[in-house]
Amino acid sequence: MKIYLDNAATTKVYPEVAKKVQELFVDKYGNASSLHSIGTEVRKKIDEARGKIARFIGAEISEIIFTSGGTESNNLALRGLAKANPDKKHIITSVIEHPSILETCKDLEKSGYKIDYIGVNSEGIIDVGEIEKLISENTLVVSIMHVNNEIGTIQPVEKIGKVCKKAEVYFHTDAVQGFKKIDLDIKDINLFSVSGHKIHAPKGIGFLYIKKGTNISAIITGGGQENKLRSGTENVPGIVGLATALDVDNKNNEIKKSRDKIIEGLLKIHGTKINGSMNNRIYHNINVSFYGIEGESLMLMLDKDGICVSTGSACASAKLKESYVLKAIGVEDLYIHGSLRLTLGDDVVGNEDYVINKIKKNVEKLREISPFKFEKIARK
Amino acid sequence: MRSNIDYNKKVLEHFENPRNMGEMKNPDAEATVGNPRCGDVLKIMLKIRDDKIKDIKFQTMGCVAAIATSSMATKIVKGKTINEAKKITNVDVAKALGELPPIKIHCSNLAADALRKAIENWKKFD
Ligand SMILES: Cc1ncc(COP(=O)(O)O)c(C=O)c1O
Ligand code: FES
Repeated sequence: MKIYLDNAATTKVYPEVAKKVQELFVDKYGNASSLHSIGTEVRKKIDEARGKIARFIGAEISEIIFTSGGTESNNLALRGLAKANPDKKHIITSVIEHPSILETCKDLEKSGYKIDYIGVNSEGIIDVGEIEKLISENTLVVSIMHVNNEIGTIQPVEKIGKVCKKAEVYFHTDAVQGFKKIDLDIKDINLFSVSGHKIHAPKGIGFLYIKKGTNISAIITGGGQENKLRSGTENVPGIVGLATALDVDNKNNEIKKSRDKIIEGLLKIHGTKINGSMNNRIYHNINVSFYGIEGESLMLMLDKDGICVSTGSACASAKLKESYVLKAIGVEDLYIHGSLRLTLGDDVVGNEDYVINKIKKNVEKLREISPFKFEKIARK
Repeated sequence: MRSNIDYNKKVLEHFENPRNMGEMKNPDAEATVGNPRCGDVLKIMLKIRDDKIKDIKFQTMGCVAAIATSSMATKIVKGKTINEAKKITNVDVAKALGELPPIKIHCSNLAADALRKAIENWKKFD
């Protein structure tokens, strides 16, 4: 048996989604730009999918631009705005963004952009007031993620949207982790990024929502697909898969109950801390640190027990070790390396005690090996 | 968030059943290397009789490779003379484990360093 607790990394494609996708591979395989019947049929499929997605988020059809996923959507948002509005050279973002935002910003810095990376408090939440203070005449866009991929904290994006609207600055949010899980009022959001593979659709598909009237240019040029904003033959199986995945039941409430039960169980282990706000947190995320041990070792032991998790301790290179997100919220040295991220799916329901017990067993084993004993500092 | 590091069977076996792991009462010498900031800390404790390593124990906070190399290093030097033990390098330890993934080679430095340092510390007090 495997219990997959890494749904923030990617999700399994649900059978009903896979079935639809399969049909597009083998039967309706045409190119939507072809004028014959097989092409026309495929064009219809894309239109249907786009319509369904637009209705789901309360947008217009022309506001959905399909891309290859979250990374490309984030690139299109920032680089596309930069290209279309070359007179504005200032971007505001946060230190806890996904690398597809952070690295894009760093790249833009090289071509003369000034980027403000704002911090977060110890709960992992951004201060809207700070953004308000930083906005200037020169500001092109504010880009703040909706839900953080490591600690699951939910940012006040609707409030940030209001501030940006008032200041007449574009607001983009990386909605990859929150999409379909948490309702989002898009009234004051100019652009947001979505990725299919986080919501049980295939990998390599996503979209960027671009509000009507936004001044943006393509960064991929060619045949002019997607309203000239993203050239390239459409990934029709992906597009249909993404639209079909909207019908999948997330089982939010059940998963949330499991999550809370697991957290309760884990906190009974000495020297355990939950990282990030519990109040403003997506329902399936647990980010937990255990004193005095190292995450990779723990992850590997859990893998042996059939539990798939990820660790914030990136012990792969001597330099880039601890998670920049955990560092940003000020997790202490002897906790930061022993961190695990558990992002739950429906297969955890009913297996909560198994998960708690295995984690407890392995933490205790690693603590036996470790020179740092929580009991010693606890007694002080 | 990283994962996907392919460890061989021997590394995993030492990781799961570390040899000479634990605390030692009244060691003749000890040394700690690494630092908590980096997430790797290794402590070696020695009992030395007649210039030989009679007993050795380690404690490690670190990745799979750090724990496995600690185990292997202590296994190699137990019973050896001080002069023999001093010569053990991280390459010897890595070799004894078969192979380490390239990005994990630096982890094998910890055990060899701790051992050398412990021996130096012993000499100081000798
Ligand atoms: C917050 C966030 N943004 C962007 C991405 C990138 O999405 P994709 O894998 O579709 O490129 C991810 C996924 O890793 C993510 O978690
Ligand atoms: S001890 Fe640093 S990666 Fe292994």
